[in-house]
Amino acid sequence: MMATSYSAKDEDGHITVSGPGAGTLRSKKPENTAFKQQRLPAWQPILTAGTVLPAFFIIGLIFIPIGIGLYVTSNNIKEFEIDYTGVDMSSPCFNCSQNYSWNSTRPCTCTIPFYLETPYESNVFMYYGLSNFYQNHRRYVKSRDDSQLNGDVGSLQKPSKECEPYAYHENRPVAPCGAIANSMFNDTLELFYNNPNGTKLQIPLTSTGIAWWTDKHVKFRNPGNDPNLTAAFQGTTKPVNWRRPVYELDSDPENNGFINEDFIVWMRTAALPTFRKLYRIIQKKNSMVPTLPRGNYTLEVVYNYPVRRFEGRKRVILSTISWMGGKNPFLGIAYMTVGSVCFLLGVVLLIIHHKYGNRNNSADISN
Amino acid sequence: MEKPTSRFVGRITVTQHGEEIVRPLGPENLLLRGARLKNTKEIYGVAVYTGMESKMALNYKCKSQKRSAVEKSMNSFLIIYLGILLFEAVLSTILKYAWQAENKWDEPFYNQKTEQERNSSPILKFISDFLAFLVLYNFIIPISLYVTVEMQKFLGSFFIGWDLDLYHEESDQKAQVNTSDLNEELGQVEYVFTDKTGTLTENEMHFRECSINGTKYREVNGKLVPEGMTDDSPDGSTPQLINEELLFVKAVSLCHTVQISYDQPDCLVGGGDPFSHTNGFSSNHMEYYASSPDEKALVEAAKRIGVAFTCSNGDTMEIKTFGKSEKFKLLHVLEFDANRRRMSVILQDSSGGKVLFTKGAESAILPFTTSGEIEKTRLHVDEFALKGLRTLVVACRHFSPEEYIDVDKRLNAARTALQQREERLQEAFSYTERDLQLLGATGVEDKLQDKVQETIEALRLAGIKVWVLTGDKHETAVSVSLSCGHFHRTMNILELLQQRSDNECAEQLRRLARRIKEDHVIQHGLVVDGASLSLALREHEKLFMEVCKSCSAVLCCRMAPLQKAKVVRLLKTSPEKPITLAIGDGANDVSMIQEAHVGIGIMGKEGRQAVRNSDYAIARFKFLAKLLLVHGHFYYIRIATLVQYFFYKNVCFITPQFLYQFFCLFSQQTLYDSVYLTLYNICFTSLPILVYSLFEQLVHPHVLQSKPGLYRDISKNSLLSFRTFLYWTVLGFCHAFVFFFGSYILMGEDTTLMGNGQILRANRQLMFGNWTFGTLVFTVMVITVTLKLALDTHFWTWMNHFVTWGSIAFYFIFSLFYGGIIWPFLHTQDMYFVFVQLLSSGSAWFAIIIIVITCLFPDVMKKVFYRHVQPTSTQKSQSLSSPQEQTLSCMESLCCYQQGQSGCSRLAHYLEQMTGQCQATSHCHASSRNNRWEGHRRQTMRIKSNKASPPHRCSLDYRL
Repeated sequence: MMATSYSAKDEDGHITVSGPGAGTLRSKKPENTAFKQQRLPAWQPILTAGTVLPAFFIIGLIFIPIGIGLYVTSNNIKEFEIDYTGVDMSSPCFNCSQNYSWNSTRPCTCTIPFYLETPYESNVFMYYGLSNFYQNHRRYVKSRDDSQLNGDVGSLQKPSKECEPYAYHENRPVAPCGAIANSMFNDTLELFYNNPNGTKLQIPLTSTGIAWWTDKHVKFRNPGNDPNLTAAFQGTTKPVNWRRPVYELDSDPENNGFINEDFIVWMRTAALPTFRKLYRIIQKKNSMVPTLPRGNYTLEVVYNYPVRRFEGRKRVILSTISWMGGKNPFLGIAYMTVGSVCFLLGVVLLIIHHKYGNRNNSADISN
Repeated sequence: MEKPTSRFVGRITVTQHGEEIVRPLGPENLLLRGARLKNTKEIYGVAVYTGMESKMALNYKCKSQKRSAVEKSMNSFLIIYLGILLFEAVLSTILKYAWQAENKWDEPFYNQKTEQERNSSPILKFISDFLAFLVLYNFIIPISLYVTVEMQKFLGSFFIGWDLDLYHEESDQKAQVNTSDLNEELGQVEYVFTDKTGTLTENEMHFRECSINGTKYREVNGKLVPEGMTDDSPDGSTPQLINEELLFVKAVSLCHTVQISYDQPDCLVGGGDPFSHTNGFSSNHMEYYASSPDEKALVEAAKRIGVAFTCSNGDTMEIKTFGKSEKFKLLHVLEFDANRRRMSVILQDSSGGKVLFTKGAESAILPFTTSGEIEKTRLHVDEFALKGLRTLVVACRHFSPEEYIDVDKRLNAARTALQQREERLQEAFSYTERDLQLLGATGVEDKLQDKVQETIEALRLAGIKVWVLTGDKHETAVSVSLSCGHFHRTMNILELLQQRSDNECAEQLRRLARRIKEDHVIQHGLVVDGASLSLALREHEKLFMEVCKSCSAVLCCRMAPLQKAKVVRLLKTSPEKPITLAIGDGANDVSMIQEAHVGIGIMGKEGRQAVRNSDYAIARFKFLAKLLLVHGHFYYIRIATLVQYFFYKNVCFITPQFLYQFFCLFSQQTLYDSVYLTLYNICFTSLPILVYSLFEQLVHPHVLQSKPGLYRDISKNSLLSFRTFLYWTVLGFCHAFVFFFGSYILMGEDTTLMGNGQILRANRQLMFGNWTFGTLVFTVMVITVTLKLALDTHFWTWMNHFVTWGSIAFYFIFSLFYGGIIWPFLHTQDMYFVFVQLLSSGSAWFAIIIIVITCLFPDVMKKVFYRHVQPTSTQKSQSLSSPQEQTLSCMESLCCYQQGQSGCSRLAHYLEQMTGQCQATSHCHASSRNNRWEGHRRQTMRIKSNKASPPHRCSLDYRL
């Protein structure tokens, strides 16, 4: 019985502290702040036809002109494309393309004539394009050693494992190592203007300024501080598929070794299996003469790069560019489409707004 | 529910003066952990139930976890996503091998394998390829969802405790959250099971009327006034009680287990004769404590009338009848139990006569009475019940010496029995409590709580069915039901009472079902009593459920505690699987609270047992309306959007990766950089949804509370239905397709999108690579996914602005930083300057804008269209409330400018408060912890009451 004689009052949690502290017992009352009472000032937007209507019209009105502008700009860009793979018997490069081997000692040359119907006024960009070439294959993408390319001497002599099986050749480290470097595009493209008077004029091609500035100056660096690249690359061997070692890519020391821009461009792996890469720039000489006047041209190709084994195609593209980049009509079309759809929907919303808008406000909530 | 300690059976043999005395030991001899000893100096004790037998250890095992409906549907969504993941991985693997069949794709000359790769076994390669795809796509299963949901629930649950509307000023109690897991379940409740006493009523008992020997009396100014007479006796004249009245009042003041507490601690501990002290105390210093408020009310009433219970010590009781002391020896206490529904004491008065007083439910006593005004009393009891009073019947039995010896022997034998003690005790009790002489009946009033009617009405409007489960007799229950609005006057009240046999019960049920069918216009209310209920549940569950479902109000009376849980379970497991909520305040509601999906405890006078076993605890019944209609609504819409948005954003995230595999020979090349893969869910898109899920309000709380019908909009888990799930998933896939193919087309096969960025440098057209492509997709995705949430946000506080725009800004800043440095510890420098190059291209900006807009405007259109053509009532009330309410503009909410307070000063204010609190709380934390600890220790030992009549029950402390 003793056990039951505790007081039931204790249960309630009204534990009043006796003694001097009793008066200061804190109330459990929650604070009356906007945060705790979930009364924070707030903007409460409601998406109704009335409120989104202007947005739709504005989008429509802005997008349609932008779209037209983009489309016109894109259409003004002149582009000329030559497929020189040599699949057909009639193609000038057919004979060269039969050669499947990468390292044939005798270079194969072919000449493709073409006719430009319109003159190219501004700077012309020359691309090579490959199709069915999977630069985005995982094994391929990771097959590089960025610290080697950044001039790290240790990595130069001891390439990363990721470069396998292109890391060592004949027990010597490969520089630059990896599948990407090994498969660098090595066709040589030259462009000649056939003057109507019969002379053949070589068009000067600029091979610098085609890579990202940061790539050329920060990400890629030649090893060591030795200006003599032959010495810097001492002890390494060239990639198997290359004809020349990396330090003989160009005569210009600012464009040689790892900082060769053709090399840097190649090392930026493309997102999709059909891609084009910038090859050369044809600078506009003076404002009077178009960069590429109307007329007959000859493309001379030193055909080294075999693509027929994987059903690949090789192209050369000549293109002018605008402020928005190369030729791409889709952006303009997309803007025009979305703009006009928005505009149309705006009209639909206007109807909805008139038809349902009033009813909505008077409707009461049925319980 | 029955814990072993409440069935404690033991026997003690004391050797005193060479004589062995055997004494029974029962639950009442147990001191539970933390109990405090009073009114005695010392005890001898033995430790029992230790270690793994302790209550804590036993309860730890059987505690079942409640899971919310949202969580369940979340899990089924996860399974669907797991299916999608497996499908994508299998498809990719198969396609990979289909491609690889040709050597020119598998291993072109420019991309040779290593020796090791070539030589590994094909099966191993196949498995590793499959696993690689699984890893690549695993983000479609949003692991971070669980983290965010837990965080949301934990942080969100604070709002309940902080709510001033759920704070009860008088008792200084705020709402308490014991389980944050069930927040959203509050918005899904379909059935409310409520206890009556202490939940709907105050549990503050006042003696009102009694019936003595066939005459009704009222209590007026401390005097018993017979019916029909007015209180005209002059003040000060001593009221005289005639024999029957005196006996009745004495019985009332003696038949109980009330304890007395004196202010002076030295009252009874003097040792020798305790009675010598009692004279010194005026009644002001004396307070009664009872485990049952009825008993307390009755003893207090008896004292007012003139028969004061003044002292009890072990086996003596003393009363003062108009100042004259009278001592009784307490021979036996026949404790209350829920089956007998009565309790008795056997006393020996000063002259040596032995008498048994018993009181209990009228159904438990009247059958055993042999003399007294049985019929009249029964009539009076019914009258009391109709007035909503709680009734008890009092009876006595005078023993002849021989009778007493017989009874005493039986009781002692039963108490000391080691086997089947309970059964034998029952037997002995019923042997003792018979041939009773009816003395009368009492009527005790229990006031209704504030605003019970409004609350029940609101719940009903919200589409919630309210069931009242009570131990009271059916007349009392019905009258309380009517007065609290549970039953309407216009309601057709169906009865299923006092069914004795299966067939009878089935017949009655069928009759009721027919009546409901015939008369479906008006509302029906059903009254069931415990006995009929158990019959109905045993054989005719289906029929019973059918009847119940078509009734808008159900009242179950004369319920045993376990029956309450049974009813809850029945509803819970019915085919529709409705979400149930049980609310109660006493230990007898614990089983029901634990059984229901959501258990709510009322912090009342019945101790904290219900509170501790509940998921949420509130101080008053009326708070239930706000808890469900406002908090439930908020939590539900928040978590529903949270869950679906997470699935959506991960579909958006990973589907482009899947699509990219079609363009890279299924070589598992990732589209995004690994840092982006990691940070997407952690940094770039996590905060907006978290803030959304803490602060979102579709409708203003006042509107929610005043229009309970809005609750129906979210019932049946409607925001997480398969349709909405499908919508979000399809939306996610569509957006992912737009991201990927939009970038694909706009960037072009030839990657000509890379503009020259003439603004920055002249006439360059540089190349994009795969990483730039991935970054473009990722950028578009982060922006779209964030803005999609912004479109769904209806409540823009400064925090929403901050995290929404902040997330996008953070993405840009982070990317610039990440791409701006050659990271010395990173293996590859893939991302170096990629982001800057992307942003320096004008057409990339054009592409980002067009893709984002293309993704979002159909969604806006859909929202607007549905709002106008098929508005839900929630949407209607949004547009209704907006003109009336003072709304903020977007810019104002951004700097939370209101009432002359700028955002910054407000923020500073918060900071100040927080730091101030930290200092203040350091010591008060400690003290509160102490308090709580003390509280625990005290609460552990407790005696609980079943409300119907004064009980003794040992009950327990489960959770710590």
